[in-house]
Amino acid sequence: MVDKSKVGLHDDPAMMPIERGKIREFARACKSTNPEYLDAPTPVSPPTFLTTVNFWMGGGTSPLAQLDIDLRRLLHGGQAYVFHGPPPKAGTELTFQTRVDQIYEKAGRRGGTMTFVETVTEFRDAAGTLVAEARSTAIETGQAPTKEG
Amino acid sequence: MAAWDDLTEGTKGPRREVGPLTRTDFVRYQGASGDFNPIHHDEEFAQSAGFPTVFSVGMLQAGILGCYCTDWLGAENVRAFAVQFREQVWPGDHLVCEATVARRFEEDGERRVELDLLVTREESGGAAIKGQATFVVP
Repeated sequence: MVDKSKVGLHDDPAMMPIERGKIREFARACKSTNPEYLDAPTPVSPPTFLTTVNFWMGGGTSPLAQLDIDLRRLLHGGQAYVFHGPPPKAGTELTFQTRVDQIYEKAGRRGGTMTFVETVTEFRDAAGTLVAEARSTAIETGQAPTKEG
Repeated sequence: MAAWDDLTEGTKGPRREVGPLTRTDFVRYQGASGDFNPIHHDEEFAQSAGFPTVFSVGMLQAGILGCYCTDWLGAENVRAFAVQFREQVWPGDHLVCEATVARRFEEDGERRVELDLLVTREESGGAAIKGQATFVVP
């Protein structure tokens, strides 16, 4: 069960370089053939690219990792990005910080309680300007869903 | 890239089909993203959690959908992108990406469109993802 007192928990700010090779790798994994990602010398990043922040967090430092969620019952409910201008470009460095924004429960359709955890990661440029925000909704289900679920 | 005059409410982006998705696609995405949840590649782990087999990373189909949108309206022009995950996606699934202009407006001197997004599993006809996006239209 997720501890609701963890709302507001946040990690320390850390730095994430936006890299051309990583953009290319990510775009290809997403089946893109767009030369804006694959061939441009300083490409912008794809809409969901900032999820690669997982690399820079290393897993253990994310506040989400401190909530003792059971991976076998963890579902990703949704993900949202806002960009305050074009998406971050290769060659820029962003400082990011993640906080637990909300924790709430809903009754599951087939019994049990589902716990929703929303985290927000803010990305700022070297001047401290907010350039992007990512909101992630994680769901801990009461039981492992089935294929028909 | 689509022009402002061609984007009215109800305008649809070109339909894109992807698949069949393979376990290799899942692993490749996990490597690219840094999300190594074993439930997407470790058969024994997935079965111990009650699943018949491994299933796709939601963010893989979200990423496919995101790139589908930027192919249509331009990589530099996206200002918001959101997805809600519905049905899980399984090895062998074919996916269909669709985008529809829901709203067309001007704000802060910029022309913008809001899109309704959908990823459908071709085999079941069920929605894998519902989403929304906002683009500027230069």
